[in-house]
Amino acid sequence: MTPRRRPPERLVRSYVVTDGRAFPSRNTLDLVTMVVTGEDLPLTGLSPEKRRVVELCRPGALSIAEVAGHLVLPVSVTKVLVADLMDSGHLVTRAPYVPANPAFDIRILEEVLDGLRARL
Amino acid sequence: MGSAPASDATSDVYLLPTVKTAVKLLVVGHFAVGKTTFVGSLSEIRPLRTEEVMTRAGALVDDLAGTRDKTTTTVALDFGRLTLSDRLVLYLFGTPGQQRFTQLWQDMTRGALGALVLADTRRLDQSFEVMGVLEELGLPYAVAVNHFDGAPLFELDEVREALDLLPETPLVRCDARDQESSTRALIALVEYLIGRTGTLEHA
Repeated sequence: MTPRRRPPERLVRSYVVTDGRAFPSRNTLDLVTMVVTGEDLPLTGLSPEKRRVVELCRPGALSIAEVAGHLVLPVSVTKVLVADLMDSGHLVTRAPYVPANPAFDIRILEEVLDGLRARL
Repeated sequence: MGSAPASDATSDVYLLPTVKTAVKLLVVGHFAVGKTTFVGSLSEIRPLRTEEVMTRAGALVDDLAGTRDKTTTTVALDFGRLTLSDRLVLYLFGTPGQQRFTQLWQDMTRGALGALVLADTRRLDQSFEVMGVLEELGLPYAVAVNHFDGAPLFELDEVREALDLLPETPLVRCDARDQESSTRALIALVEYLIGRTGTLEHA
């Protein structure tokens, strides 16, 4: 169904950037999923926004939240773009290990605590 | 490179190549309680802001059918980053804790270790909504009273009573402008999370 009304504030509307999609092609992306540019694939055929994501992530890895922040895109739009770029091989997630529930991973919590104490 | 952040050196912007795990903590509280200041005191990168377009909870289907009035709004999300070791990075997300943004909350709290609630002694009553949302989402939290110049200084026992905190919920003072003080508030939260995990494992 096509919504009849849209909030007018955005210059280029989100659904144009994402080819009309509201949800990414994979649902495992999180605000802190780390992404980096993968194989040196040609950028031809990519939208300007996707090129910007690929170029931003070429020097090193960033979280999806940082990609959104640097490119001034909403998080939901960024996830759609990143998922597409993973499908096309332009981006890879750098850390395949994601704790299923980090809140119950005592080892991670202790590493966080050690890291914070070391900053005092 | 056109879209690379221009003002920072590459080494300050990007994650260390050795980082394997990213975790997140939320910094929540009502308007003007000091969330952005707190995140800025701790972050190694220039704090970033992004936004999320929200659809009012449960309204998506109706909205797509075009049968409802405008049900979307935009929520700002401030965040910062702390590299804690060669392999571990911590992200702090600061966001207003309003019930009507529950959808955003669910996205942010998925996989989050816990939350630090910032409170202001002049407006303690405004912290209840935030704590209510966290409890509803099952996210453990600690409370830090952010000190404002000129604000009344209450004993922590009085604040604890006013906020109706559980006996085990940590309550500390902090100065969001100060890096060490803000770090200590996070340490109090993480110590609580560790103790709690031990309890849950044995339950």
